[in-house]
Amino acid sequence: MQGTSEYTPRTGIERWIDKRMPLPRLMYDSFVSYPIPRNLNYAYAFGGILSVMLISQILTGVVLAMHYAANSEIAFTSVEHIMRDVNYGWLLRYLHMNGSSMFFLAVYVHIFRGLYYGSYKSPREIQWLLGVVLFLLMMATAFMGYVLPWGQMSFWAATVITNLFSAIPLVGDAIRTWLWGGFSVGDPTLNRFFSLHYLLPFMIAGVVILHVWAFHVTGQTNPTGVEPKSRRDVVPFTPHATMKDAVALVAFFLVFAWFVFYMPNYLGHPDNYVEANPLVTPPHIVPEWYFLPFYAILRAIPSKLGGVIALGLSVVVLFLVPWLDTSKVLSAAYRPLYRIFFWVFVVVCIGLGYIGAMPPEGGYIIAGQLLTAYYFIHFFIILPLLGFIETPKPRPASITEAVLGRPDEPGEPATPAGATAMPERRG
Amino acid sequence: MSYTYPTTVPESASDPDPSDPHYQPSRRDFFVIATGAFAAVGAVAFVWPFVDQMNPDASALALASIEVDVSAMEPGQSITVVWRGKPVFIRYRTDEEIAAAKDTQLSELKDPVARNDNLEAGAPATDENRAAAGHEAFLVMVGICTHLGCVPLGEAGDYNGWFCPCHGSVYDTAGRIRHGPAPENLLVPPLTFADDTTIKIG
Ligand code: FES
Repeated sequence: MQGTSEYTPRTGIERWIDKRMPLPRLMYDSFVSYPIPRNLNYAYAFGGILSVMLISQILTGVVLAMHYAANSEIAFTSVEHIMRDVNYGWLLRYLHMNGSSMFFLAVYVHIFRGLYYGSYKSPREIQWLLGVVLFLLMMATAFMGYVLPWGQMSFWAATVITNLFSAIPLVGDAIRTWLWGGFSVGDPTLNRFFSLHYLLPFMIAGVVILHVWAFHVTGQTNPTGVEPKSRRDVVPFTPHATMKDAVALVAFFLVFAWFVFYMPNYLGHPDNYVEANPLVTPPHIVPEWYFLPFYAILRAIPSKLGGVIALGLSVVVLFLVPWLDTSKVLSAAYRPLYRIFFWVFVVVCIGLGYIGAMPPEGGYIIAGQLLTAYYFIHFFIILPLLGFIETPKPRPASITEAVLGRPDEPGEPATPAGATAMPERRG
Repeated sequence: MSYTYPTTVPESASDPDPSDPHYQPSRRDFFVIATGAFAAVGAVAFVWPFVDQMNPDASALALASIEVDVSAMEPGQSITVVWRGKPVFIRYRTDEEIAAAKDTQLSELKDPVARNDNLEAGAPATDENRAAAGHEAFLVMVGICTHLGCVPLGEAGDYNGWFCPCHGSVYDTAGRIRHGPAPENLLVPPLTFADDTTIKIG
């Protein structure tokens, strides 16, 4: 995919810059002339959406930090002050608060898309690993951000999550005290969480650059899982991907706006509008919706250390996926069995999310344990086994053949008019 | 612009060859390794202040002990006080509660260790080892569930002791874990009776 550069500086100033610091050339080659498979569908739009969400969260976050006070005495009041007194404070906070939910919604679609189309397979393993690192950073950032308003849910989420570390044998208690900076969650904890909550998004941005770099080296996957073989299989990034991503982004923002303007607190928890009280635990504590499946896994194991190990493993297993999946076929479209198990897995994850929101009693415990077992069986048994027992369907010879629905004849015009319109060839 | 480097750095004929089996390390080899090692140790040593600054500071450590006046308490009453930012339960137990706790065999317990900071580490979790020494009606415990740190509710649960609403751990009237995910009995903090009606915690 690393072709020669197609950038030609037209004006004197462009030539002047190009000799000294060829950033415009890099941008042009990466986001204008960069060839993408011609058959990408809307599931591929979420990478772009995620970049925009990251920028949106950083923008709203930076301005919120101008009004927020990371001190346990006044943090709760300062958030109320943002809501009531600061000009447009309510809008900025609701954008930031719901933005995190939208961010996770997008990242889950993005991850499942990767699982469906085999985006983690050779030669894209590093890109996938970087993606899992991004997911972990996002989880840490979201968790620490949730603590900042210093409501009851903030406080008890911080307590429960930091206590997970105390399950580590021998050094667990020392680590927990070190995380807290005291003998319980308190002012020092809030302060350091604020500092890290401000830092991590920029680390995310750094890893995003590596993640994007990696896919510019290997090229994107596509719904057929067949790598582009000729110029006829690809179209330039701009306008094709740019425009398609823009359409998807508008649709996504409609949903985002619906939450922000019509039900801004729907995804939150009313207890977080009660100031943190270290002496009273709310009767039913649950994390934000995007952590519910993991919370269900934590609670499914009736032992403290066991629960924490299962929770850790449920995320870490994503790092192993490139080596657990033994099939060489990328796309689930040509893997009749994997395709079924993929959707079962999606349903199981949603089921775990539902269980995570329910109180830990009776049938919910059993259901949570069964679903947790399946979660791990999917990765450790089904994925490795399928590669050996499944007979994949015949794959098309090329992307163009899949798009046209018949063998590609190199003699005819490469693609329907328009699709080939390389902007740099047009003028 | 481009430069070509010589493919090998010119060596003088007298330079010893490290691949020679009779090669003797020179003084320069020693200096290179010693300097590198010194720099590495220095860099690692500088990491420690950055790590240790997150540990509890002097002001947090200063709040180490509190005294609580319990003269106004009646049997069956509980109070919660704050020690080192954590809730501490002080319960003046009724005779039935003490009897129920005493009747429990050690073999019925999930955690048979007392978890009492005033006793040596392995002491068995009998009622005497859990209650305040010399004042068996008083049970003083850190009110933090040993599972993931929620505050259990008093006079609740199957044993009418404590019940943790977070993930359903049940403690008896001596604060011992009976079932649920919590691994240990509620912790008894270091305490002494300053006089008959004043408990010093910490
Ligand atoms: S924190 Fe008490 S049961 Fe989990």
